[in-house]
Amino acid sequence: MREKQKIDMTGDTRFIYMDNAATTPARKEVVEAILPFFSDNFGNPSSLYDFAKISGEAVGRARAQVASAIGAQPEEIYFTSGGTEADNWAIKGAAFANKEKGNHIITSQVEHHAVLHTTEWLEKQGFEVTYLPVDRYGMVNPEDVRAAITERTILVTIMTANNEVGTIMPVAEIGRIAREKGVLFHTDAVQAAGHIPIDVEEMNVDMLSISGHKFGGPKGTGALYIKKEREIDPLMHGGAQEKHSRAGTENVPGIVGIGKALELSFAEMERESKRISGLRDKLIQGLLDIPKTHLNGHPQVRLPNNVNVVFEYIEGEAILLMLNRRGIYASTGSACSSKSLDPSHVLTACGVPQEIIHGSLRLTLGQDTTEDDIEYVVENVRGVVQKLRNMSPLTTPELRE
Amino acid sequence: MYGEKVMDHFENPRNLGEIEDADGTAEVGNPECGDTMKIYLKIRDGVIEDVKFRTFGCAAAIASSSMATEMIKGKTVKEAWDLSNRAVAEALEGLPPQKLHCSVLAEDAIHRAINDYRVKQGLEPWEESGGHREHHH
Repeated sequence: MREKQKIDMTGDTRFIYMDNAATTPARKEVVEAILPFFSDNFGNPSSLYDFAKISGEAVGRARAQVASAIGAQPEEIYFTSGGTEADNWAIKGAAFANKEKGNHIITSQVEHHAVLHTTEWLEKQGFEVTYLPVDRYGMVNPEDVRAAITERTILVTIMTANNEVGTIMPVAEIGRIAREKGVLFHTDAVQAAGHIPIDVEEMNVDMLSISGHKFGGPKGTGALYIKKEREIDPLMHGGAQEKHSRAGTENVPGIVGIGKALELSFAEMERESKRISGLRDKLIQGLLDIPKTHLNGHPQVRLPNNVNVVFEYIEGEAILLMLNRRGIYASTGSACSSKSLDPSHVLTACGVPQEIIHGSLRLTLGQDTTEDDIEYVVENVRGVVQKLRNMSPLTTPELRE
Repeated sequence: MYGEKVMDHFENPRNLGEIEDADGTAEVGNPECGDTMKIYLKIRDGVIEDVKFRTFGCAAAIASSSMATEMIKGKTVKEAWDLSNRAVAEALEGLPPQKLHCSVLAEDAIHRAINDYRVKQGLEPWEESGGHREHHH
Protein backbone atom coordinates (compact mmCIF):
# COMPACT_ATOMS: atom_id res chain seq x y z
CA MET A 1 0.00 0.00 0.00
CA ARG A 2 1.51 3.30 -1.04
CA GLU A 3 2.15 5.74 1.78
CA LYS A 4 -0.03 8.76 1.13
CA GLN A 5 1.16 12.25 1.88
CA LYS A 6 -1.13 14.40 3.98
CA ILE A 7 -2.13 17.74 2.57
CA ASP A 8 -2.84 20.74 4.80
CA MET A 9 -6.31 22.13 5.05
CA THR A 10 -8.72 19.75 3.40
CA GLY A 11 -7.35 16.60 5.07
CA ASP A 12 -7.40 15.07 1.60
CA THR A 13 -4.54 12.62 0.96
CA ARG A 14 -3.04 12.63 -2.50
CA PHE A 15 -0.17 10.84 -4.22
CA ILE A 16 0.52 12.64 -7.45
CA TYR A 17 3.63 11.21 -8.99
CA MET A 18 5.01 13.56 -11.61
CA ASP A 19 8.54 12.22 -11.90
CA ASN A 20 8.12 9.39 -14.41
CA ALA A 21 11.28 10.44 -16.22
CA ALA A 22 13.19 9.52 -13.08
CA THR A 23 11.48 6.14 -12.78
CA THR A 24 8.12 4.48 -13.21
CA PRO A 25 6.22 1.97 -11.10
CA ALA A 26 6.54 -1.58 -12.42
CA ARG A 27 3.22 -2.54 -14.01
CA LYS A 28 1.04 -5.14 -12.35
CA GLU A 29 1.24 -7.46 -15.40
CA VAL A 30 5.02 -7.14 -15.35
CA VAL A 31 5.30 -8.13 -11.68
CA GLU A 32 2.96 -11.08 -12.30
CA ALA A 33 5.01 -12.21 -15.28
CA ILE A 34 8.33 -12.17 -13.44
CA LEU A 35 7.38 -13.71 -10.08
CA PRO A 36 7.58 -17.35 -11.20
CA PHE A 37 11.20 -16.84 -12.25
CA PHE A 38 12.51 -16.10 -8.78
CA SER A 39 11.87 -19.33 -6.93
CA ASP A 40 9.92 -21.62 -9.23
CA ASN A 41 11.52 -21.49 -12.66
CA PHE A 42 14.81 -20.35 -11.18
CA GLY A 43 17.15 -22.24 -13.47
CA ASN A 44 20.31 -20.79 -14.97
CA PRO A 45 19.66 -20.52 -18.72
CA SER A 46 23.18 -21.84 -19.46
CA SER A 47 22.58 -25.14 -17.66
CA LEU A 48 21.95 -28.25 -19.75
CA TYR A 49 18.97 -29.89 -18.07
CA ASP A 50 15.32 -29.52 -19.09
CA PHE A 51 14.41 -27.45 -16.08
CA ALA A 52 16.84 -24.70 -17.11
CA LYS A 53 15.35 -24.54 -20.60
CA ILE A 54 12.28 -22.85 -19.14
CA SER A 55 14.39 -19.86 -18.12
CA GLY A 56 16.26 -19.89 -21.43
CA GLU A 57 13.03 -19.84 -23.40
CA ALA A 58 11.66 -17.00 -21.29
CA VAL A 59 14.77 -14.95 -22.08
CA GLY A 60 14.31 -15.77 -25.76
CA ARG A 61 10.69 -14.64 -25.67
CA ALA A 62 11.68 -11.37 -24.00
CA ARG A 63 14.37 -10.83 -26.59
CA ALA A 64 11.78 -11.20 -29.34
CA GLN A 65 9.40 -8.82 -27.53
CA VAL A 66 12.06 -6.12 -27.31
CA ALA A 67 13.16 -6.62 -30.91
CA SER A 68 9.63 -6.42 -32.21
CA ALA A 69 8.95 -3.17 -30.36
CA ILE A 70 11.91 -1.41 -31.98
CA GLY A 71 11.88 -2.94 -35.45
CA ALA A 72 14.97 -5.11 -34.89
CA GLN A 73 15.86 -8.80 -35.10
CA PRO A 74 16.03 -10.76 -31.83
CA GLU A 75 19.68 -11.59 -32.40
CA GLU A 76 20.44 -7.87 -32.39
CA ILE A 77 19.19 -7.41 -28.81
CA TYR A 78 21.56 -7.77 -25.84
CA PHE A 79 20.34 -7.50 -22.26
CA THR A 80 22.17 -5.30 -19.77
CA SER A 81 21.73 -4.05 -16.20
CA GLY A 82 20.20 -0.81 -17.43
CA GLY A 83 20.53 2.20 -19.70
CA THR A 84 23.77 3.31 -18.08
CA GLU A 85 25.48 0.01 -18.83
CA ALA A 86 24.11 0.01 -22.38
CA ASP A 87 25.51 3.52 -22.96
CA ASN A 88 28.87 2.65 -21.43
CA TRP A 89 29.14 -0.51 -23.50
CA ALA A 90 28.09 1.05 -26.80
CA ILE A 91 30.45 3.99 -26.50
CA LYS A 92 33.48 2.31 -24.94
CA GLY A 93 32.95 -0.81 -27.05
CA ALA A 94 32.84 1.17 -30.29
CA ALA A 95 35.75 3.37 -29.27
CA PHE A 96 38.14 0.57 -28.42
CA ALA A 97 37.10 -1.66 -31.32
CA ASN A 98 37.87 1.15 -33.76
CA LYS A 99 40.85 2.87 -32.22
CA GLU A 100 43.10 1.82 -35.11
CA LYS A 101 40.74 3.60 -37.51
CA GLY A 102 40.52 6.83 -35.55
CA ASN A 103 40.04 8.42 -32.15
CA HIS A 104 37.35 11.07 -32.62
CA ILE A 105 33.88 10.86 -31.11
CA ILE A 106 31.00 13.28 -31.60
CA THR A 107 28.27 13.79 -29.05
CA SER A 108 26.08 16.64 -27.75
CA GLN A 109 26.18 18.90 -24.71
CA VAL A 110 22.80 17.72 -23.47
CA GLU A 111 23.41 13.98 -23.19
CA HIS A 112 22.74 12.08 -19.99
CA HIS A 113 25.72 11.75 -17.66
CA ALA A 114 25.95 8.06 -18.57
CA VAL A 115 27.11 9.26 -21.99
CA LEU A 116 29.01 12.42 -20.98
CA HIS A 117 31.00 10.90 -18.15
CA THR A 118 31.86 8.00 -20.44
CA THR A 119 33.15 10.31 -23.17
CA GLU A 120 35.02 12.37 -20.59
CA TRP A 121 36.70 9.20 -19.36
CA LEU A 122 37.55 8.25 -22.95
CA GLU A 123 39.23 11.65 -23.37
CA LYS A 124 41.56 10.66 -20.55
CA GLN A 125 42.31 7.47 -22.48
CA GLY A 126 43.45 9.47 -25.50
CA PHE A 127 40.24 9.89 -27.49
CA GLU A 128 39.10 13.27 -28.78
CA VAL A 129 35.51 14.27 -28.24
CA THR A 130 33.44 17.02 -29.82
CA TYR A 131 30.49 18.16 -27.70
CA LEU A 132 28.04 19.75 -30.14
CA PRO A 133 26.06 22.76 -28.93
CA VAL A 134 22.27 22.85 -29.10
CA ASP A 135 19.77 25.57 -29.88
CA ARG A 136 17.57 27.20 -27.25
CA TYR A 137 15.19 24.25 -27.42
CA GLY A 138 17.96 21.77 -26.74
CA MET A 139 17.88 20.52 -30.33
CA VAL A 140 20.98 19.27 -32.18
CA ASN A 141 21.43 20.48 -35.75
CA PRO A 142 22.25 17.56 -38.08
CA GLU A 143 24.42 19.89 -40.18
CA ASP A 144 26.60 20.46 -37.12
CA VAL A 145 27.15 16.71 -36.98
CA ARG A 146 28.12 16.68 -40.65
CA ALA A 147 30.52 19.57 -40.16
CA ALA A 148 32.17 17.92 -37.16
CA ILE A 149 32.92 14.58 -38.84
CA THR A 150 36.58 14.09 -39.84
CA GLU A 151 38.52 11.09 -41.20
CA ARG A 152 39.35 10.24 -37.61
CA THR A 153 35.73 10.10 -36.46
CA ILE A 154 34.67 6.61 -35.35
CA LEU A 155 31.44 7.24 -33.47
CA VAL A 156 28.54 9.65 -33.22
CA THR A 157 26.34 9.35 -30.13
CA ILE A 158 23.25 11.59 -29.85
CA MET A 159 20.24 10.85 -27.66
CA THR A 160 16.80 10.20 -29.12
CA ALA A 161 14.98 12.43 -26.64
CA ASN A 162 16.23 14.53 -23.77
CA ASN A 163 15.35 13.48 -20.24
CA GLU A 164 15.24 16.99 -18.80
CA VAL A 165 13.53 19.18 -21.37
CA GLY A 166 11.85 16.48 -23.44
CA THR A 167 13.09 17.64 -26.85
CA ILE A 168 13.09 14.90 -29.48
CA MET A 169 16.24 14.95 -31.64
CA PRO A 170 16.32 14.60 -35.46
CA VAL A 171 17.83 11.14 -35.08
CA ALA A 172 16.96 9.73 -38.53
CA GLU A 173 18.64 12.68 -40.24
CA ILE A 174 21.72 12.42 -38.04
CA GLY A 175 21.86 8.68 -38.64
CA ARG A 176 21.66 9.22 -42.40
CA ILE A 177 24.64 11.57 -42.25
CA ALA A 178 26.68 9.21 -40.08
CA ARG A 179 25.95 6.29 -42.41
CA GLU A 180 26.89 8.36 -45.46
CA LYS A 181 30.25 9.07 -43.83
CA GLY A 182 30.78 5.49 -42.66
CA VAL A 183 30.70 6.42 -38.96
CA LEU A 184 28.96 4.32 -36.33
CA PHE A 185 25.88 5.96 -34.83
CA HIS A 186 24.61 5.21 -31.32
CA THR A 187 21.56 6.74 -29.70
CA ASP A 188 20.57 6.78 -26.05
CA ALA A 189 16.85 6.05 -26.34
CA VAL A 190 16.32 5.63 -22.61
CA GLN A 191 13.63 8.32 -22.35
CA ALA A 192 12.11 7.62 -25.75
CA ALA A 193 11.58 3.85 -25.70
CA GLY A 194 8.10 2.91 -24.63
CA HIS A 195 6.87 6.48 -25.16
CA ILE A 196 7.40 7.34 -28.82
CA PRO A 197 7.72 4.97 -31.80
CA ILE A 198 11.20 3.55 -32.29
CA ASP A 199 12.32 1.89 -35.53
CA VAL A 200 16.01 1.20 -35.79
CA GLU A 201 15.89 0.99 -39.60
CA GLU A 202 14.10 4.31 -39.99
CA MET A 203 16.41 5.92 -37.45
CA ASN A 204 19.54 4.71 -39.29
CA VAL A 205 21.13 3.66 -36.00
CA ASP A 206 23.85 1.11 -35.38
CA MET A 207 23.32 0.93 -31.62
CA LEU A 208 20.49 1.95 -29.33
CA SER A 209 20.15 1.91 -25.51
CA ILE A 210 16.98 1.32 -23.54
CA SER A 211 16.17 1.10 -19.82
CA GLY A 212 13.37 -1.00 -18.34
CA HIS A 213 12.37 1.12 -15.38
CA LYS A 214 11.46 4.07 -17.61
CA PHE A 215 8.47 2.27 -19.11
CA GLY A 216 6.97 0.18 -16.34
CA GLY A 217 9.66 -2.48 -16.18
CA PRO A 218 11.89 -3.39 -13.25
CA LYS A 219 14.89 -1.32 -12.21
CA GLY A 220 18.24 -2.86 -13.05
CA THR A 221 17.22 -3.93 -16.55
CA GLY A 222 18.11 -2.59 -19.95
CA ALA A 223 19.15 -3.56 -23.43
CA LEU A 224 21.55 -2.55 -26.17
CA TYR A 225 20.55 -2.99 -29.79
CA ILE A 226 23.58 -3.66 -31.99
CA LYS A 227 22.98 -3.85 -35.72
CA LYS A 228 23.96 -7.16 -37.29
CA GLU A 229 27.57 -7.21 -38.52
CA ARG A 230 28.58 -4.24 -36.36
CA GLU A 231 31.24 -5.32 -33.89
CA ILE A 232 32.15 -3.62 -30.67
CA ASP A 233 34.36 -4.72 -27.78
CA PRO A 234 32.51 -6.23 -24.81
CA LEU A 235 32.26 -4.27 -21.59
CA MET A 236 31.58 -7.26 -19.36
CA HIS A 237 34.04 -10.09 -19.82
CA GLY A 238 33.42 -13.54 -18.41
CA GLY A 239 31.08 -16.35 -19.38
CA ALA A 240 29.56 -16.94 -22.77
CA GLN A 241 26.20 -15.29 -22.22
CA GLU A 242 24.65 -13.02 -24.86
CA LYS A 243 26.77 -14.61 -27.59
CA HIS A 244 30.02 -13.94 -25.67
CA SER A 245 29.25 -10.20 -25.78
CA ARG A 246 27.91 -9.52 -22.33
CA ALA A 247 28.99 -11.92 -19.61
CA GLY A 248 27.03 -12.63 -16.48
CA THR A 249 24.22 -14.98 -15.65
CA GLU A 250 21.08 -13.54 -17.16
CA ASN A 251 18.78 -11.64 -14.83
CA VAL A 252 15.90 -13.84 -15.91
CA PRO A 253 13.13 -12.20 -13.85
CA GLY A 254 14.35 -8.76 -14.91
CA ILE A 255 14.59 -9.73 -18.56
CA VAL A 256 11.12 -11.24 -18.55
CA GLY A 257 9.97 -7.96 -16.99
CA ILE A 258 11.55 -5.62 -19.50
CA GLY A 259 10.19 -7.69 -22.39
CA LYS A 260 6.67 -7.66 -20.99
CA ALA A 261 6.81 -3.96 -20.14
CA LEU A 262 7.98 -2.93 -23.60
CA GLU A 263 5.43 -5.17 -25.29
CA LEU A 264 2.63 -3.57 -23.28
CA SER A 265 3.93 -0.03 -23.87
CA PHE A 266 4.22 -0.65 -27.58
CA ALA A 267 0.68 -2.00 -27.81
CA GLU A 268 -0.79 0.99 -25.98
CA MET A 269 1.52 3.65 -27.36
CA GLU A 270 -0.74 5.32 -29.88
CA ARG A 271 -3.66 5.68 -27.51
CA GLU A 272 -1.61 6.47 -24.44
CA SER A 273 0.69 9.03 -26.02
CA LYS A 274 -2.34 10.89 -27.36
CA ARG A 275 -3.94 10.91 -23.91
CA ILE A 276 -0.78 12.00 -22.14
CA SER A 277 0.13 14.69 -24.68
CA GLY A 278 -3.27 16.18 -24.11
CA LEU A 279 -2.72 16.27 -20.36
CA ARG A 280 0.81 17.57 -20.87
CA ASP A 281 -0.40 20.46 -23.00
CA LYS A 282 -3.11 21.30 -20.47
CA LEU A 283 -0.48 21.35 -17.74
CA ILE A 284 1.88 23.52 -19.81
CA GLN A 285 -0.93 25.97 -20.51
CA GLY A 286 -1.88 26.14 -16.84
CA LEU A 287 1.69 26.77 -15.74
CA LEU A 288 2.45 29.34 -18.43
CA ASP A 289 -0.52 31.32 -17.10
CA ILE A 290 1.61 32.06 -14.04
CA PRO A 291 3.49 35.30 -14.76
CA LYS A 292 7.24 35.20 -15.50
CA THR A 293 7.16 31.49 -16.34
CA HIS A 294 8.95 30.02 -19.37
CA LEU A 295 8.83 26.64 -21.07
CA ASN A 296 12.06 24.70 -21.60
CA GLY A 297 12.55 22.38 -24.55
CA HIS A 298 10.82 22.44 -27.90
CA PRO A 299 7.14 23.42 -27.68
CA GLN A 300 5.99 20.78 -30.19
CA VAL A 301 8.75 18.28 -30.82
CA ARG A 302 8.81 16.99 -27.28
CA LEU A 303 8.10 13.79 -25.37
CA PRO A 304 4.38 13.27 -24.70
CA ASN A 305 4.93 13.17 -20.94
CA ASN A 306 7.43 15.98 -20.38
CA VAL A 307 6.80 19.42 -18.90
CA ASN A 308 9.77 21.57 -17.91
CA VAL A 309 9.38 25.22 -16.91
CA VAL A 310 11.34 27.90 -15.11
CA PHE A 311 9.79 30.35 -12.66
CA GLU A 312 11.68 33.61 -12.22
CA TYR A 313 12.67 34.81 -8.74
CA ILE A 314 12.43 31.49 -6.87
CA GLU A 315 14.48 28.33 -6.38
CA GLY A 316 13.75 24.74 -7.45
CA GLU A 317 14.52 22.70 -4.36
CA ALA A 318 12.25 24.96 -2.35
CA ILE A 319 9.51 24.45 -4.96
CA LEU A 320 9.92 20.67 -4.79
CA LEU A 321 9.79 20.50 -1.01
CA MET A 322 6.62 22.56 -0.82
CA LEU A 323 5.05 20.42 -3.55
CA ASN A 324 6.18 17.31 -1.65
CA ARG A 325 4.16 18.46 1.35
CA ARG A 326 1.15 18.77 -0.93
CA GLY A 327 1.55 15.25 -2.28
CA ILE A 328 3.11 16.22 -5.62
CA TYR A 329 6.43 14.59 -6.58
CA ALA A 330 8.58 16.26 -9.24
CA SER A 331 12.17 17.25 -9.99
CA THR A 332 14.32 20.30 -10.74
CA GLY A 333 17.50 21.36 -12.51
CA SER A 334 18.49 23.68 -9.68
CA ALA A 335 22.05 23.63 -8.39
CA CYS A 336 20.92 23.41 -4.77
CA SER A 337 19.18 20.14 -5.46
CA SER A 338 22.18 18.36 -6.95
CA LYS A 339 24.95 16.66 -4.98
CA SER A 340 27.56 18.46 -7.04
CA LEU A 341 25.94 21.89 -6.61
CA ASP A 342 26.10 22.20 -10.41
CA PRO A 343 23.04 23.55 -12.16
CA SER A 344 21.51 21.50 -14.96
CA HIS A 345 24.00 21.15 -17.82
CA VAL A 346 21.06 20.76 -20.21
CA LEU A 347 19.42 24.06 -19.29
CA THR A 348 22.84 25.70 -19.38
CA ALA A 349 23.42 24.36 -22.92
CA CYS A 350 19.98 25.71 -23.93
CA GLY A 351 21.20 29.15 -22.93
CA VAL A 352 18.85 29.62 -19.98
CA PRO A 353 20.42 32.33 -17.76
CA GLN A 354 22.02 30.96 -14.58
CA GLU A 355 19.74 32.88 -12.19
CA ILE A 356 16.68 31.45 -13.88
CA ILE A 357 17.95 27.85 -14.14
CA HIS A 358 17.65 27.61 -10.38
CA GLY A 359 13.90 28.11 -10.62
CA SER A 360 13.25 25.14 -12.89
CA LEU A 361 10.59 22.49 -12.35
CA ARG A 362 10.25 19.26 -14.30
CA LEU A 363 6.96 17.35 -14.22
CA THR A 364 6.79 14.09 -16.15
CA LEU A 365 3.38 12.45 -16.45
CA GLY A 366 2.60 8.74 -16.45
CA GLN A 367 0.09 5.95 -16.71
CA ASP A 368 -1.67 6.97 -13.50
CA THR A 369 -1.90 10.69 -14.26
CA THR A 370 -5.47 11.99 -14.53
CA GLU A 371 -7.05 15.27 -15.61
CA ASP A 372 -7.94 15.85 -12.00
CA ASP A 373 -4.26 15.56 -11.09
CA ILE A 374 -3.36 18.21 -13.66
CA GLU A 375 -5.83 20.67 -12.16
CA TYR A 376 -4.59 19.95 -8.66
CA VAL A 377 -0.97 20.39 -9.74
CA VAL A 378 -1.62 23.71 -11.50
CA GLU A 379 -3.49 25.06 -8.50
CA ASN A 380 -0.82 24.02 -6.01
CA VAL A 381 2.14 25.09 -8.13
CA ARG A 382 0.49 28.48 -8.48
CA GLY A 383 0.17 28.70 -4.69
CA VAL A 384 3.72 27.54 -4.01
CA VAL A 385 5.21 29.90 -6.59
CA GLN A 386 3.36 32.84 -5.05
CA LYS A 387 4.42 31.86 -1.54
CA LEU A 388 8.09 31.64 -2.55
CA ARG A 389 7.89 34.84 -4.58
CA ASN A 390 6.65 36.61 -1.48
CA MET A 391 9.78 35.42 0.33
CA SER A 392 12.24 36.34 -2.43
CA PRO A 393 14.19 39.63 -2.59
CA LEU A 394 14.25 39.33 -6.38
CA THR A 395 10.51 39.47 -6.96
CA THR A 396 9.29 42.63 -8.66
CA PRO A 397 6.82 44.66 -6.54
CA GLU A 398 3.81 44.07 -8.78
CA LEU A 399 4.15 40.31 -8.35
CA ARG A 400 4.11 40.41 -4.55
CA GLU A 401 0.95 39.61 -2.64
CA MET B 1 16.70 15.23 4.22
CA TYR B 2 15.48 18.03 6.51
CA GLY B 3 14.22 17.82 10.09
CA GLU B 4 10.87 19.20 11.24
CA LYS B 5 12.39 22.40 12.67
CA VAL B 6 13.96 23.29 9.33
CA MET B 7 10.73 22.50 7.48
CA ASP B 8 8.78 24.69 9.92
CA HIS B 9 11.06 27.70 9.39
CA PHE B 10 10.98 27.01 5.68
CA GLU B 11 7.18 26.80 5.30
CA ASN B 12 6.51 29.50 7.93
CA PRO B 13 9.49 31.84 7.96
CA ARG B 14 9.63 34.37 10.80
CA ASN B 15 10.42 38.07 10.18
CA LEU B 16 9.69 38.04 6.47
CA GLY B 17 9.52 41.47 4.86
CA GLU B 18 11.24 44.84 4.65
CA ILE B 19 11.90 47.81 6.95
CA GLU B 20 11.57 51.11 5.10
CA ASP B 21 13.67 53.26 7.42
CA ALA B 22 16.14 50.57 8.40
CA ASP B 23 19.29 51.50 10.29
CA GLY B 24 21.38 48.87 8.54
CA THR B 25 20.72 46.84 5.39
CA ALA B 26 22.65 44.36 3.29
CA GLU B 27 22.17 42.11 0.31
CA VAL B 28 24.48 39.11 0.08
CA GLY B 29 24.84 36.29 -2.39
CA ASN B 30 26.28 32.81 -2.07
CA PRO B 31 28.37 32.12 -5.16
CA GLU B 32 28.27 28.36 -4.56
CA CYS B 33 24.64 27.97 -5.44
CA GLY B 34 23.16 31.37 -6.25
CA ASP B 35 21.28 31.97 -2.99
CA THR B 36 20.55 35.64 -2.17
CA MET B 37 19.48 37.23 1.12
CA LYS B 38 18.41 40.78 1.85
CA ILE B 39 18.28 41.86 5.50
CA TYR B 40 16.99 44.99 7.29
CA LEU B 41 17.90 45.99 10.87
CA LYS B 42 16.23 48.46 13.21
CA ILE B 43 18.65 49.36 16.02
CA ARG B 44 17.88 51.32 19.22
CA ASP B 45 20.38 51.92 22.00
CA GLY B 46 22.71 49.27 20.62
CA VAL B 47 19.96 46.63 20.56
CA ILE B 48 18.40 44.96 17.51
CA GLU B 49 14.84 46.19 17.92
CA ASP B 50 13.50 44.68 14.74
CA VAL B 51 14.79 42.63 11.83
CA LYS B 52 13.24 41.62 8.50
CA PHE B 53 14.55 39.57 5.60
CA ARG B 54 13.85 38.14 2.16
CA THR B 55 15.70 35.16 0.73
CA PHE B 56 16.01 33.50 -2.66
CA GLY B 57 17.30 29.98 -2.20
CA CYS B 58 16.64 26.44 -1.15
CA ALA B 59 14.82 25.34 2.00
CA ALA B 60 18.04 25.41 4.04
CA ALA B 61 18.73 28.98 2.98
CA ILE B 62 15.22 30.18 3.81
CA ALA B 63 15.10 28.32 7.12
CA SER B 64 18.57 29.57 8.12
CA SER B 65 17.59 33.15 7.34
CA SER B 66 14.41 32.82 9.38
CA MET B 67 16.15 31.24 12.38
CA ALA B 68 19.06 33.70 12.29
CA THR B 69 16.73 36.71 12.38
CA GLU B 70 14.83 35.16 15.29
CA MET B 71 18.09 34.64 17.16
CA ILE B 72 19.33 38.23 16.85
CA LYS B 73 16.06 39.98 17.64
CA GLY B 74 16.37 41.76 20.98
CA LYS B 75 20.11 41.07 21.20
CA THR B 76 22.85 43.68 21.32
CA VAL B 77 24.66 44.51 18.12
CA LYS B 78 27.79 42.76 19.45
CA GLU B 79 25.82 39.61 20.33
CA ALA B 80 24.21 39.65 16.89
CA TRP B 81 27.64 40.01 15.27
CA ASP B 82 28.90 36.97 17.17
CA LEU B 83 26.12 34.70 15.93
CA SER B 84 27.82 31.93 13.98
CA ASN B 85 26.33 29.88 11.15
CA ARG B 86 27.01 26.82 13.31
CA ALA B 87 24.77 28.19 16.05
CA VAL B 88 22.03 28.76 13.49
CA ALA B 89 22.38 25.19 12.20
CA GLU B 90 22.27 23.87 15.78
CA ALA B 91 19.16 25.90 16.55
CA LEU B 92 17.57 24.32 13.51
CA GLU B 93 18.47 20.93 15.01
CA GLY B 94 20.95 20.27 12.27
CA LEU B 95 21.39 20.70 8.54
CA PRO B 96 22.62 18.04 6.10
CA PRO B 97 26.40 18.50 5.57
CA GLN B 98 26.03 19.59 1.94
CA LYS B 99 23.60 22.30 3.11
CA LEU B 100 25.71 23.84 5.84
CA HIS B 101 26.99 26.45 3.40
CA CYS B 102 23.46 27.85 3.16
CA SER B 103 23.58 28.95 6.81
CA VAL B 104 26.68 31.05 6.08
CA LEU B 105 24.47 33.36 3.98
CA ALA B 106 22.59 34.60 7.06
CA GLU B 107 25.77 35.15 9.06
CA ASP B 108 27.28 37.18 6.19
CA ALA B 109 24.12 39.22 5.77
CA ILE B 110 23.99 40.10 9.48
CA HIS B 111 27.65 41.18 9.44
CA ARG B 112 27.21 43.34 6.39
CA ALA B 113 24.04 44.95 7.74
CA ILE B 114 25.71 45.70 11.08
CA ASN B 115 28.68 47.27 9.28
CA ASP B 116 26.30 49.25 7.09
CA TYR B 117 24.75 50.59 10.32
CA ARG B 118 28.17 51.30 11.87
CA VAL B 119 29.39 53.20 8.81
CA LYS B 120 26.15 55.22 8.75
CA GLN B 121 26.86 56.08 12.41
CA GLY B 122 30.36 57.23 11.49
CA LEU B 123 31.98 54.19 13.11
CA GLU B 124 34.64 51.84 11.72
CA PRO B 125 33.23 48.66 10.25
CA TRP B 126 34.12 45.50 12.16
CA GLU B 127 36.41 42.98 10.52
CA GLU B 128 35.04 39.68 9.29
CA SER B 129 37.21 37.10 11.02
CA GLY B 130 36.24 34.14 8.88
CA GLY B 131 37.81 31.96 11.55
CA HIS B 132 34.66 30.64 13.15
CA ARG B 133 32.97 29.71 9.91
CA GLU B 134 32.05 26.08 9.57
CA HIS B 135 30.88 24.86 6.24
CA HIS B 136 31.86 22.45 3.54
CA HIS B 137 32.93 23.26 0.01
